[in-house]
Amino acid sequence: MSIHVRNIRKQFGSFTALDNVSLDFPTGELVALLGPSGCGKTTLLRIIAGLEQADSGQVLLDDEDASGTHVRERQVGFVFQHYALFRHMTVFDNVAFGMRMKPRRQRPPEARIREKVHALLNLVQLDWLADRFPSQLSGGQRQRIALARALAVEPRVLLLDEPFGALDAKVRKELRRWLRNLHDELHITSIFVTHDQEEALEVADRVVLMDRGRVEQIGTPEAVYDHPATPFVATFLGSVNLFHGRVEDGQLHLGEHALALGSASGDVSGDGKAVAFVRPHEFDLVPGWRTGDGLPATIVRVVSVGPSAQIELSRLDGERIEVTIARDTFHPLGLGEGDQVSLRPRRIRVFQDDTRAA
Amino acid sequence: MAAARTFRVLPGFNLTLGYTLGYMSLLILIPLAAVFLKTTELTWGEFIDVVTAPQVVATYKLSFGASLLAAAINAVFGLMLAWALVRYSFPGKKIVDALVDLPFALPTAVAGIALTALYAKNGWLGQYLEPIGIKVAFTPLGVLVALVFIGLPFVVRTVQPILEDLDTELEEAATCLGAQRWQTFRHVILPILLPALMTGFALAFARAVGEYGSVIFIAGNLPYVSEITPLMIITKLEQYDYRGATAIASVMLLFSFTLLLIINGLQAWTAKRTGRDR
Repeated sequence: MSIHVRNIRKQFGSFTALDNVSLDFPTGELVALLGPSGCGKTTLLRIIAGLEQADSGQVLLDDEDASGTHVRERQVGFVFQHYALFRHMTVFDNVAFGMRMKPRRQRPPEARIREKVHALLNLVQLDWLADRFPSQLSGGQRQRIALARALAVEPRVLLLDEPFGALDAKVRKELRRWLRNLHDELHITSIFVTHDQEEALEVADRVVLMDRGRVEQIGTPEAVYDHPATPFVATFLGSVNLFHGRVEDGQLHLGEHALALGSASGDVSGDGKAVAFVRPHEFDLVPGWRTGDGLPATIVRVVSVGPSAQIELSRLDGERIEVTIARDTFHPLGLGEGDQVSLRPRRIRVFQDDTRAA
Repeated sequence: MAAARTFRVLPGFNLTLGYTLGYMSLLILIPLAAVFLKTTELTWGEFIDVVTAPQVVATYKLSFGASLLAAAINAVFGLMLAWALVRYSFPGKKIVDALVDLPFALPTAVAGIALTALYAKNGWLGQYLEPIGIKVAFTPLGVLVALVFIGLPFVVRTVQPILEDLDTELEEAATCLGAQRWQTFRHVILPILLPALMTGFALAFARAVGEYGSVIFIAGNLPYVSEITPLMIITKLEQYDYRGATAIASVMLLFSFTLLLIINGLQAWTAKRTGRDR
């Protein structure tokens, strides 16, 4: 089922949670709503589910206005951050709940319910826990049961609110993959909310970046990572080095140094104050300070563990820069802490400085 | 038993057990044992005669019947009151919250007199109820009203904290799964509240069985109609029939103890059945 969101606004007192948000979620896609806490992503999810009412705007489910449709008729599967399992019921009864609550005429016979619950528990690979109570399960198991419970009513959409937020890092990683595989199997239109960029980039078909109640950018994980549309997206996704300077004649001027903007992407229309972003792995290191060629800096610290070396440098004005280089490239240079180097960015993303970032 | 020495973070098992037993003995066991001891001064035949006298049997029925009914009424309306206090904010909520405890603080005789004045033939409420055939004061119904009054705080105060802890996400989850409102209440909320509700019920019941002060005024104390068991005991005492008084008291104690034991057992059973107790 496709979901369209049109001009949604939502205020909580004087706080604007959603400011004129319009989005399209095509059928069968797994979309991540990504943003810092308080950006309105959960509110949007709850409005789509019908758990919250928008102040204005429309939610279209399969091109039908859902404003007048109650949550229980919307056929959405909702998965909560803290599982919201019924703790007085066994895993089996939790999953069977949705089917057992149906009006008598639509309710499947008990044998059919039993069959379906076991099928769902097999799908989430937890059939052996059917007789346990939620308190006897681990966090990851609980969330999988919550997902099975949501799927039991054959929802047209699956909405997941920070589904892995309460889990520890290792389990979270496992479940991410697992969710992706499950989605590839079921192809049910799914939206999940997260503040974890790694999670969004790894799992989703498309990522919607939100900040302060607005949509900042929509795109595939590669697109939003490689071509951030706004300074917010550039800083929010991955780690990044930030420079304040001026753009003049196709060059970025940082104090007395200038960097060519040959392969720059972003908003470089015209001269003036600008912010520039360079990711740590987009620098080349050249030993020694050279005037007119790169940015002079001093190595402060080198952490050379794993496939790449993390290097912390200090610019002449004392600002810190982070650089990541493959270890095989770094070692032949023979550089160590205290050495002077020049930094050549391979890519720079430049945005006009609207002074708020100052 | 001694072989299984388990390590505990907080020591003091022996101390607390000794203290518990000593305290319970001084305050509860010894006085109650005295009741039974005094009773044994009667022969078995005399005992049976005293405790099965028709007038006394009538009081058992009223006392336990009205107490169970009052506790049941309190369970229903106490739950509603607790729900309103936890879930909604309305003007004067703090005052209502404080009012709930008033039946605890009020001398029961004051409550009894106030209720009697209200429900008597010429009282504020009584003057409207009497013409339509509802007599409250000086009838078993009056006894029930007094017992509901004094038992109210128990259910509210036991259910309230559980309701406060109850996550609204559970209700949202149930709704998303297609449950109607009453289904959500019946299958999700009520099972979680049930143990607390039963504790409140048991407390309200126990309090109602032992209540004397407030009931005496509104009951009118007509033999076979509106006499409660505690009144029987007092009557015997006033006639210096100590043995008769303790005989009835011990029957009452056994009754109450058995009922409370059953309620606690039920509570433990629901807790076990719903996976909370392990």
